[in-house]
Amino acid sequence: MGKIVAGLGTSHVPAIGVAHDQGLTEEPYWKPLFDGYGPAREWLKKIDPDVVILVYNDHGTVFSLQSIPTFAIGVAEQYKPADEGWGPRPVPVVEGDANLSWHLAESLILDEFDMTIMNEMDVDHGLTVPLSITCGHVDKWPFKVIPLAVNVVLYPPPTGNRCYNLGRAIRKAVEAYDEDTRVVIMGTGGMSHQLHGERAGLINREWDNRFLDDLSKDPERLRKIPHLEYVRETGAEGIEMVMWLVMRGALDDNVKEVYRHYHVPASNTGAGLIVLENDA
Amino acid sequence: MKSETEEQYEDIPGTYLFNRKRCQKGYHLNMFFMSLLKEENRKEFLADEAGYLDSFPLTDDQKRVVLERDFNGILAEGGNIYYAAKLGATLGLSFQYMAGAMSGMSQEEYRKMMVDGGRSVEGNRSKSEHK
Repeated sequence: MGKIVAGLGTSHVPAIGVAHDQGLTEEPYWKPLFDGYGPAREWLKKIDPDVVILVYNDHGTVFSLQSIPTFAIGVAEQYKPADEGWGPRPVPVVEGDANLSWHLAESLILDEFDMTIMNEMDVDHGLTVPLSITCGHVDKWPFKVIPLAVNVVLYPPPTGNRCYNLGRAIRKAVEAYDEDTRVVIMGTGGMSHQLHGERAGLINREWDNRFLDDLSKDPERLRKIPHLEYVRETGAEGIEMVMWLVMRGALDDNVKEVYRHYHVPASNTGAGLIVLENDA
Repeated sequence: MKSETEEQYEDIPGTYLFNRKRCQKGYHLNMFFMSLLKEENRKEFLADEAGYLDSFPLTDDQKRVVLERDFNGILAEGGNIYYAAKLGATLGLSFQYMAGAMSGMSQEEYRKMMVDGGRSVEGNRSKSEHK
C-alpha cells in the first residue's frame, strides 16, 4: 500500500538554481538562504521516500499559449531538464515512476479531476530547483519523481480550494496503490513576488509568514483565499502559492510544522520553505 | 470567485494581470518570444531583428516595443513576463535588469531595494492609495 509520509513547501526561484549550479552558495548574498536549506536536506535524507510527487508550474517552457492545461501529470519513465534559453541546467535527468503515475492519472480522472496526461515532457526550473534545494549536488536524484504541473501563468489558475481538494484525491489514490511506496509531496512556487510592471519587486513578508503559520494552524482559511488577494497582497506572481495547497490537502487535517525557513530576497522573491508531518 | 471583476484587478497599480484580454491581444507576440527557446531562432533574430519579427503576424506597435526594448510596452501589448523573459535571455539581459527597467530604476537601485526587503505593499494595493 502507498502512503504519503510528509509534505514540503518551497519556492522555486530560477536564480537559486543558478547560484547552486555556479557554486555561489557561500557568497554573502546567497549564504543566508542556502544555510537554511541544510536542515530540510537532513530531514529528507532521513525520511528517504521512494517517490516525490512534485507540484510545480511550467514557465512557458513546455506549454506555449497553444495549449494551457490547468492540471497536467507526467506518466513518463524519465524527464529531461529543459533548455529555458540558456541551455539545460547541469543536473541529473529526473527518473519517473510510470506505474504510480498512471495509477494516479486514472484514479484522479475517475475521481472527477480532469488531468492532462503527459507522455513526454521536459521539466523546467519549477521542478528542478526544488530538487536542488532539497537534495543539493548529487549524481542521481535519490528518489523517483512524478511531475504535476498547474497552470498559474494565464488567469484564472485553479482556486486554492480546488488545489486543496486535488491534494485530498491524490492522497486517496496513493493509499489505494497496491505497491508499498512511501511518498513525499512537494508544493512549490511563491512566495510573494511580482516580476513585471511598475510594481515589480513587491514583497510581503508579513503575509507570507501568516501563510506559513496557517499551513498548520488554519488551513481552512488558506483554502478560501481569493485570487485577488494573492495578486494584490503578494504580487501577481505570488499566486503560485495555490500549489502549496495541493501539498497541504494531501496531508492529515492536523499536521505539525517540523521546520521553516524564510529569507528575502532570492532575486525578486520572498523565499520560503516549510516541512510538515502528519500529527499522529 | 466569480465575484472577482476585471476592474478590481485593474485597480492594482503597476500590474498587468495576464488574462483572456491580454492572451488574445498578445498571442502572436508571446509565440514570437516562445520561438526564442531554440538556439537557431535566437541567432536568426539577432542577425535581423526586424526581418525576423516580420515572419510573425504582429502589429506595428508590437514590433516597435520589441525593437525598443520597451518592457512595459510589451506588457501593454499583451506580452506575458514568462514569455518575454526569453527575449531578455536572448539579449543577455538579467531578470533584475528587466524588473528595474519596468519599475523605472537602474539594475543597481532595484537590486538594493530587494536586498533591503523589497517593494512594500503599503501604498501599492490600490490605485487610489498609490502615491
